[in-house]
Amino acid sequence: MKRIEIQNATHFSTNEKITLYIENGVFVDALSEKADEVIDAEGLTVMPGLVDMHCHLREPGFEYREDIKTGTLSAAKGGFSSVCCMPNTKPVCDNAAVVEGILRKAELVGSANVFPIGAASKGLEGKEIAEMGLMKEAGIVAVSDDGKPIATANLLKKVLEYASDFDLPVLNHCEDLTIGEGAMNDGAVATSLGLRGIPAIAEEIMISRDILTAEYLDMPIHICHVSTARGIDLIRQAKKRGVKVTCETCPHYFSLTEDKCVNYDSNFKMNPPLRTEADRKAVIEGLKDGTIDCIVTDHAPHHVDEKDIEFSLANNGIIGFETAFAVGYTYLVKPGYLTLTEMVEKMTINPSKILRLGRGTLDRGVPADLTLVDLKQEFVYTKEEILSKSTNSPYIGESLQGRVKVTITGGKITYDELR
Amino acid sequence: MGLQSKDLLGLKQLTADEIMEILDTAKMMKMVLTSGNKKTSHLQGKSVVTLFYENSTRTRLSFELASKYMGSASANISTSGSSVNKGESLLDTARTIDMMATDIIIMRHSQSGAPHYLAPRVKASIVNAGDGMNEHPTQALLDMFTLYEKYGHLDGLKVAICGDLYHSRVVRSNVIGLTKLGSTVSVAGPRTMVPIGLEKMGCTVCRSVSEAVRDADAVMGLRVQLERQQKSLFPSVAEYARFYSISEDVLKLAKPDAYLLHPGPCNHGVELPTSVYDCPQSVINEQVTNGVAVRMAVLYLLMARRNQE
Repeated sequence: MKRIEIQNATHFSTNEKITLYIENGVFVDALSEKADEVIDAEGLTVMPGLVDMHCHLREPGFEYREDIKTGTLSAAKGGFSSVCCMPNTKPVCDNAAVVEGILRKAELVGSANVFPIGAASKGLEGKEIAEMGLMKEAGIVAVSDDGKPIATANLLKKVLEYASDFDLPVLNHCEDLTIGEGAMNDGAVATSLGLRGIPAIAEEIMISRDILTAEYLDMPIHICHVSTARGIDLIRQAKKRGVKVTCETCPHYFSLTEDKCVNYDSNFKMNPPLRTEADRKAVIEGLKDGTIDCIVTDHAPHHVDEKDIEFSLANNGIIGFETAFAVGYTYLVKPGYLTLTEMVEKMTINPSKILRLGRGTLDRGVPADLTLVDLKQEFVYTKEEILSKSTNSPYIGESLQGRVKVTITGGKITYDELR
Repeated sequence: MGLQSKDLLGLKQLTADEIMEILDTAKMMKMVLTSGNKKTSHLQGKSVVTLFYENSTRTRLSFELASKYMGSASANISTSGSSVNKGESLLDTARTIDMMATDIIIMRHSQSGAPHYLAPRVKASIVNAGDGMNEHPTQALLDMFTLYEKYGHLDGLKVAICGDLYHSRVVRSNVIGLTKLGSTVSVAGPRTMVPIGLEKMGCTVCRSVSEAVRDADAVMGLRVQLERQQKSLFPSVAEYARFYSISEDVLKLAKPDAYLLHPGPCNHGVELPTSVYDCPQSVINEQVTNGVAVRMAVLYLLMARRNQE
């Protein structure tokens, strides 16, 4: 493994010029021999390699959308060293064999650390709890039925209880499907467009259920991709009274609103849907006051044939690895809502702590995951530069600021725009 | 003057001036239509295709007759009996029609926004003949034309629209169009069929059919779209008829000379009783004739724009 020296980098938090040394894949105080590679990071900011606790790599089963090789390349381009992939693959990641398959493939062709998330229920069917213990031995870091909610309060209670035996965090996609059938946010815009709406209460009702269940059991729960003002407030109040609840949001929920759907462009269609301007502001407020712990991508590649069709028929989801940092920097740090340190924490150490990944720092002795970013560089995101297999991004043609230049994961350069 | 866009996607996309131009053109077309010789040469050497993914009697037939009266080559595709049944995508189907030198594609589709999706992807002009729950612009235009003919103006009219507001593309287009031309629109229906934020489109949402109809210059019933009903939004047809239909008594609350409209097809005894359907105030059958005139006007104006390019 190469000995790497990174000179003249500006530390994301202290703002000091630092030199970093990497040997045997970990950060060290000094190199034992001359560096094999010296990176001059003059003008660049160094931060821990980003950690995405919510993405879809689509392998096995949906390789026509994305696979572990292209997904992790796309992640590396976005500055991510670690990605946690959701279990809605085919077959579903609900047993140790699939977990092992994902990890082996990532080892062979991956450009990022891949941490699989196992299904909470067998086949994501919301009936019986999955083999969490065996999956944990194989390497999962959490359980979730993402894409779907954990179907019933009864199942949620069992999942929380059983997962606690294995110290597995439980992540839930909160949506009451009995009231949540639709193509975009419910409200005046959906009515005007003649589209069925998913009301905010579909999300909020289930967030309430989850908070109350976690509180009753005194066990932790993590709420996926929160998007509504009241949902965030429910979590804020729960945190205040000591409920072990954490949550995440995605860049699109603090940068875009439902108004983007007016042209029936399915690159603005995801679940939860883009909400109102008031919700967008509430997401920013939740990030500011710490209610929202993490920023995740929910990277969800879909083939053009599943997206470039009638809006209501198009699949939910957008890709997000390659734009997450820049969208965060442009919409949160530049306007002064968050400091760079606060934003980076929500994309590194916070998710790492929730899932106990042991990543997300530049400390000596830890695996050398880092990202070098040019915070001043403005760029227009283009379809041509996308490394994901899919191009379903709402940010194509958007001007963003804060460009990832180099990503290093475990001492290996996984993305390099300097050369 | 003329139309700004190559397509007619909805009344959202039209200005008040454009709508008036369509209505004034329809007046002339109605003269052609009601004269002994229904032949014009406005679309001679042109081609019009109707592409219908949903059932239709009057919309489809009126478009077809309109294009034929104006001398175009016209053809029809319906989902049964075409490659749509073999799973061909909307885009591939539309491109296929487009590549046969078609000038105007008239489409009806169950998904809101389907014509908006196609419009930039084909050379032909797209005319929206109804997209999901979004818009049905030529229906609203013919409704407006009917009132325009009767009153000579739309400004200041009070129009009541009653029934299944949730699934109705007719109400959306009418609210947009009528308010653009200065009418006020009151709507009512079972609360389970009132979509959230409807009032933001510019109408007044009333608590009851009586309240909406009171002092109206025109009353429009909407069809209860039983085929679009995904789940029970009212307990029974009998209860609907009792509380939400435009009965003779309800109609009496409108101005004495108010007109009664219905886009058809009508569920007799549900949204209104047959006695109301056939009452002297009813212009339901005239609407059908006006539908041809308005569609002739739309085809004429779109083709005029194409000819300029």
